[in-house]
Amino acid sequence: MGILLNIIYLIATVTFVVGLKMLGHPETAKKGNLIAAAGMGLAIIGTVLVHDLEVSPLIYMLIAAAILVGSIIGWLIAIKVEMTKMPELVSLFNGFGGASAALIGLVEYGKNVNDATQATTIVSGIIIGAITFSGSLIAWGKLNGTLKSVVRIPYYNSINNIVVIGIVIFAAFMVATGVDSQLLLYGLLATGLVYGILFVLPIGGADMPVVISLLNSLTGIAAAITGILYNNMVMLVGGILVGSAGIILTVAMCKAMNRTLGSVIFGAFGATAAAAG
Amino acid sequence: MNEFLEFIDNNLQITYILILAIFVGVEVIKSIPAVLHTPLMSGANALSGVVIVGAILVMLHADPTDYVALSLGFIAVVLGVLNVVGGFAVTDRMLQMFKRKK
Repeated sequence: MGILLNIIYLIATVTFVVGLKMLGHPETAKKGNLIAAAGMGLAIIGTVLVHDLEVSPLIYMLIAAAILVGSIIGWLIAIKVEMTKMPELVSLFNGFGGASAALIGLVEYGKNVNDATQATTIVSGIIIGAITFSGSLIAWGKLNGTLKSVVRIPYYNSINNIVVIGIVIFAAFMVATGVDSQLLLYGLLATGLVYGILFVLPIGGADMPVVISLLNSLTGIAAAITGILYNNMVMLVGGILVGSAGIILTVAMCKAMNRTLGSVIFGAFGATAAAAG
Repeated sequence: MNEFLEFIDNNLQITYILILAIFVGVEVIKSIPAVLHTPLMSGANALSGVVIVGAILVMLHADPTDYVALSLGFIAVVLGVLNVVGGFAVTDRMLQMFKRKK
């Protein structure tokens, strides 16, 4: 069984690389997307069916129900949305991926708390997943007009730095002490969510595609981290591919807009904004 | 620091794969025409939905009486599938639009 699943993951990984490559050329892009999608389908079906675990029928039914519900809703939203609303939809979907990574971390933390390496991967997965989730939701809100385009927060830099340092210390404390507290775990999730909001809120609506691309790259990294946790190659390679390709794409998008990544992320506030504006 | 080096030593294979995959990602994306930026972002977003595999593993390993793990896993699977199916479907529609423009 193990061999079959490994071969399935290997094929899926190859489709990811080939699909991503084909997506970069106008003539092959559509086909590349379908190839990657087929590989993903294979990986999902393989994960559900090919294993030696004893799984109760109830869990199989729950998994099937979850996949069915997610597929139907995802498909309906994707085919119904107007063409102009697609970037914000990408952001929303990306946020869901980040949330999924964070939820996996929440479940796995308690089981792996005594292993510092595993705890580190889990804690990073929760933080990055939470940041991409809330950040993507803010980006989504900005693009569809729910949120004001540019929000100025007083003392933004100081608040931002405090939150970042806070998250790092918090995470390091949890890994170092190996404390198994659900309260602290959800607290960590909350700080990640807060940082995601802080990160995207001051950035203008016109720069949102760049931010979405960056958050997308982060979701890839969260997926790869989860891959390390499970020693799962398709997640690791798929996630890292998205992570590194996403960063290159983000920089390319900035260049196309005649901006630098730094000016997009940090230009929205402080002295730079005053000088530019 | 020691633990970090130890981790690398214990997971040498994974570390190699990780580094090589970073290079593959960079090489694959080099010199993309600007019109394809958004579809490519969308396609990459669908790929990041591979985290669904982890969500399914959570469910498979969960104790049938552990309702917290089951519900969190269930939501994670739903969200992951949304990311995957919605992501690929939206990319496909974007590329259709792109074709017509040509």
